[in-house]
Amino acid sequence: AALNGGLRSQVSAALKEGRVAPTELCQRCLALIKSTKFLNAYITVAEETALKQAEESEERYKRGQPLGILDGIPIAVKDNFNTAGIETTCASNMLKGYISPYNATVVQKLLDQGAVLLGKTNLDEFAMGSGSTDGVFGPVRNPWSYSKQYKEKNVPKSYPEDEESNWVITGGSSGGSAAAVSSFTCFAALGSDTGGSTRNPAAHCGVVGLKPTYGLISRHGLIPLVNSMDVPGILTRCVDDAAVLLGSLAGHDPKDSTTTQDGFEPFELPDLTDVSKLSIGIPKEYHAPGLSSEILALWSKAADLFKNAGAKVVEVSLPHTPYSIVCYHVLCTAEVASNMARFDGLEYGHRSDMKDSTESMYAATRREGFNDVVRGRILSGNYFLLKQNYEKYFVKAQKVRRLIANDFVKVFRSGVDILLTPTTLSDAAPYTEFIQEDNRTRSAQDDILTQAANMAGLPAINVPTALSERGLPVGLQFIGRSFQEKQLLTVAKWFEKQVQFPVIQLEEVERHDSDVFQHQKSASFS
Amino acid sequence: QKVSVEVLEHLEHLALVDFRDAEGVERLQKAIQFADQLHEVNTDGVEPMDSVLEDRWCLYLREDDVTEGNCTKELLENAREKVEEYFVAPPGNIPLPKLEERETFLQGS
Repeated sequence: AALNGGLRSQVSAALKEGRVAPTELCQRCLALIKSTKFLNAYITVAEETALKQAEESEERYKRGQPLGILDGIPIAVKDNFNTAGIETTCASNMLKGYISPYNATVVQKLLDQGAVLLGKTNLDEFAMGSGSTDGVFGPVRNPWSYSKQYKEKNVPKSYPEDEESNWVITGGSSGGSAAAVSSFTCFAALGSDTGGSTRNPAAHCGVVGLKPTYGLISRHGLIPLVNSMDVPGILTRCVDDAAVLLGSLAGHDPKDSTTTQDGFEPFELPDLTDVSKLSIGIPKEYHAPGLSSEILALWSKAADLFKNAGAKVVEVSLPHTPYSIVCYHVLCTAEVASNMARFDGLEYGHRSDMKDSTESMYAATRREGFNDVVRGRILSGNYFLLKQNYEKYFVKAQKVRRLIANDFVKVFRSGVDILLTPTTLSDAAPYTEFIQEDNRTRSAQDDILTQAANMAGLPAINVPTALSERGLPVGLQFIGRSFQEKQLLTVAKWFEKQVQFPVIQLEEVERHDSDVFQHQKSASFS
Repeated sequence: QKVSVEVLEHLEHLALVDFRDAEGVERLQKAIQFADQLHEVNTDGVEPMDSVLEDRWCLYLREDDVTEGNCTKELLENAREKVEEYFVAPPGNIPLPKLEERETFLQGS
């Protein structure tokens, strides 16, 4: 029963008191991963090393010397983080078989605190996408597709075919991580967030997804997409857990010179009771074209919730919001063109058999290794960086970026503490529908509510809010001031408590932990 | 305004990635069209932004001290072709064949 609760309040206590052993936790998670294989959330499951780590953790607990709250906790890591001795593929043919010689800083930090690394999760190839559908290992399925809540609202016309094709996407690109946390196969997972890649799947999978301030958490070992926007993301089942993970990961890293040079103190979240001193901003441009009426209503209801509790709720304007996707498109493809240049087949990864010349070997390797999406972005990026286009596109986009970042500065300076917005335009789409549009179109549509926070480097978090008419999760997003994660998470935690988002009812999980659902909250927000 | 074959060829050469088919070229055309929306924004007097951290702290250079290394063996493990402590590449200084001689979709244009 404790396993459904928070890390700090329940699981850690259970481990310390010996009510559950780390090896037991690990085995349960591994078994659940096996029985939820159809979700395709994991690319690699590191069973042997995980069990070994769990055993070592158990020894520490027996001696009464656990390393901290994360000691013995099973976690999963998105497959674009380097993990020593474990294959790191970025869901691409380019890195199939690549065994990292080192751990990303964030992975090392988790291991140093005794966390148990269960495996690497699935994603869109090189984190390019918003569905987790474009990786070479296939798409990730949203666990909610198999939930009682979704099945009740979607009785298939012809069984079992419709049920098979009815499944919905996780969102992306950190879909594997979101699905892993959502289906209880791990207690927390690392994702990455460049345009919304942690918050988007968090919203669709009904989990908490935190994008920290740019510079707070080290990117060393995170295979880069856009160096000026990438951040490691944190996915958990509750806001308190996100704070625990943040506490163990944040801070200066000598191996990443873009990390904070100020100190960082891990914090516990207070239980906010009085919101009367809070000022919540509602940016009107986030009422974007295509926003479902359902989510609009939920957003409005949330604003009222704050108002009725005594907070000041004001409409604000971030006028350059509509241009953030275009701006991102240029800056992202430009940085991608540069970052993908390292994949030439010489030092690591796939290598073509072509031997005629170095250049033709590079070209063939890249033709064989990258999918259409990646190649498309590289070519576009190179176009925008051509001498004749540099000022017109790349520098222009950098100027627009400043305007977007300034919009936020102005709003926060006017007294607003936190912004409240939707995270996605609608609930998760069925896979068959999602793939009708190409990756770039989809990303452009889906990133619209999340992208600007990456542009400005601000912290943002998705909090699962309610179930949609179709029985699928819908989340809302809070955006905070730079490096003010404590305030952001405190407000998010208060909101989480008000909405009481329901626990997913998954047959597979129920079979494993019959007492997990004893504590299911009956009141729900919608 | 369509992108010329010369520019397309130039891009393939710079990126060492090919367009593969008409769809690939179309994708670039659409990407450019999309990016053109940027010109609707007035950026007079606005400085380009390199980093969101520009006001807080600068990227710094660390001291030129050797703090790690000696991992030749680990680094060579992931390379497919190597000899002793060298990565082995096919002959260099041979430019990619010209458009006419190369197997590329653009030949048909």
